[in-house]
Amino acid sequence: MNAVISTRQLTKIYDVGEVQVPALRGVSLDVAPGEFVALTGPSGSGKSTFMHLLGCLDRPTGGQYFLNGKDVSKLGSRELARVRNTEIGFVFQGFNLLSRTSALENVELPLLYAGSIHAAERRERATEALTAVGLGERLDHHPNQLSGGQQQRVAIARALVNRPTLLLADEPTGNLDSKTGIEVMGIFQRLNMERGITIVLVTHEADIAEYGTRIITFRDGVVLNDTAIEHRRIA
Amino acid sequence: MRTALTALGMIIGVAAVIVMVAIGTGASSSIQAQIRSAGSNIVMVTAGSGGFGPVRQGQGAVTTLTADDAAAIKQEIPGIRYISPGLNTRTQIVASAGNWNTQVQGASAELAAIRSWPAQFGSFFTEDDVTAARKVAVLGSVVRDQLFGAGTDPTGEIIRIKNQPFQVIGVLTSKGQAAMGQDQDDTVIVPFTTVQKKLMGVQHVTNITVSAENGVALDTLSDQISALLRTRHRIQPGADDDFLVRTLEEMASVLTSTTNTMTYLLAGIAAVSLIVGGIGIMNIMLVSVTERTREIGLRLSVGARDVDVLMQFLVESIVLSLAGGAIGIGLGFGISYGVQRVMQWSAVVTPAAVMMSFGVAAAIGVFFGFYPARKAAQLNPIDALRYE
Repeated sequence: MNAVISTRQLTKIYDVGEVQVPALRGVSLDVAPGEFVALTGPSGSGKSTFMHLLGCLDRPTGGQYFLNGKDVSKLGSRELARVRNTEIGFVFQGFNLLSRTSALENVELPLLYAGSIHAAERRERATEALTAVGLGERLDHHPNQLSGGQQQRVAIARALVNRPTLLLADEPTGNLDSKTGIEVMGIFQRLNMERGITIVLVTHEADIAEYGTRIITFRDGVVLNDTAIEHRRIA
Repeated sequence: MRTALTALGMIIGVAAVIVMVAIGTGASSSIQAQIRSAGSNIVMVTAGSGGFGPVRQGQGAVTTLTADDAAAIKQEIPGIRYISPGLNTRTQIVASAGNWNTQVQGASAELAAIRSWPAQFGSFFTEDDVTAARKVAVLGSVVRDQLFGAGTDPTGEIIRIKNQPFQVIGVLTSKGQAAMGQDQDDTVIVPFTTVQKKLMGVQHVTNITVSAENGVALDTLSDQISALLRTRHRIQPGADDDFLVRTLEEMASVLTSTTNTMTYLLAGIAAVSLIVGGIGIMNIMLVSVTERTREIGLRLSVGARDVDVLMQFLVESIVLSLAGGAIGIGLGFGISYGVQRVMQWSAVVTPAAVMMSFGVAAAIGVFFGFYPARKAAQLNPIDALRYE
């Protein structure tokens, strides 16, 4: 079976003035379809940098990254935008919703950049995505009228609306209390199990990591540990 | 609030351009209207500047132009309706009630018809008065106001011009300022023969005003008059004319081009404020890009291409400047109307000025919006997302 993610000796070096700070020192790993991977590690370990490379938000300094079998490490910015739009859904710690637009319009945003999709279809798909995360009743609410957990669910709906094969989440529970955090993890698990969406999630909380099927621990820019979880937590 | 202030720069700029152009256009059209009111089918012949060699004596110094020339022009050239030889002198006029220094215009009885200038009281003098060189005078309304009081009817009164008694036989209706700015009503008109014989003791005239029939080409007429006068004055081929033939159209076009120059100058000054407004827009767009860096990062992360972000900010800046431009056009209309009402200037807002300032507003939106928009589009997604 073809891997969703396949990296080969991926490196990233930040240029900070005269000093070069290596954040990733060669990471090679594969993620198969349907896996739920948690990336953990102390801050500065390179897990977030790795995540940004996986999300095509940043470009590697060296090595190769195959997404769904395609080498995306050499693509130009237009092609990368297309990849981000169609193949990847991204969920952030800080939600990153547009505050002056409704939940529905926030979810429609990726569809606006997807090209020719009619307004009616955009609305339908956004409604469907919001219903899937349990917000079918709050389509017209603005972000400031929603709780943190609800905002994060809007963000998840936004990540889902283009039907990506890969969902990336950067500390999605970091700004939430533990109860709503577990609710959000429940949504991720359901998407993973029911729809078979591959999920890669960055967290530094050990218990959050255990909702996944596999934990990869980073330290100093390399993979320290890569273990499958036998007794997965269920939210 | 901040957006409104930014748009204000645009509003003022566009309004200024529109008002300036409106005033300029109004000025030139009122000049043309005045010249038309003076008679658009008029050819003026004035005595030329005389003198020999380097000494030029100034216009009217030559005494070769005579009333016989006028008679010959009327007789020999077809298409002439009225003709009036004339000469002017400036002098003090004394009436029982007061005195006034003004222009005494000698003319023929046809001048009233040439300038379509009806009398308010009494009547213009007749051909008979001219032939007999009678001491009769027709007053312009300003002179009447000064000598007898505003609105009075002084016909039959006696005024003294150079110590000679003249009978007032009429007062002309008010014609207002001429194109050159002198007051057409500040004048006394008497038969030109009276000026020649009684006031100045000369034989010549200084000008001949010719009014053509409708449909006669004034250029051709001017050429014919020139040819005739050259023959009558025995001017050798190659020698300079001792007279000057001009049509009012020519004078009008000179004046119009002068006011046009003024209009361009004013519009140019106003355009500077448009540019300042544009810089204001660029400023606010730069601030906006900085403030919305995270939003840009998010849009990039969900698949916006650089051109999408570029277009978003460009459209925003164009909308801002066009909105300012639209309000500015409205304001310009209002101010032009106000100027017209309050200052009694004619101000004409032309569609061209509106189109131009709207176009310029859009162009400024693109020009000054492009740099901030490109700056936004070139952001790296992850740097933008992490921006605090």
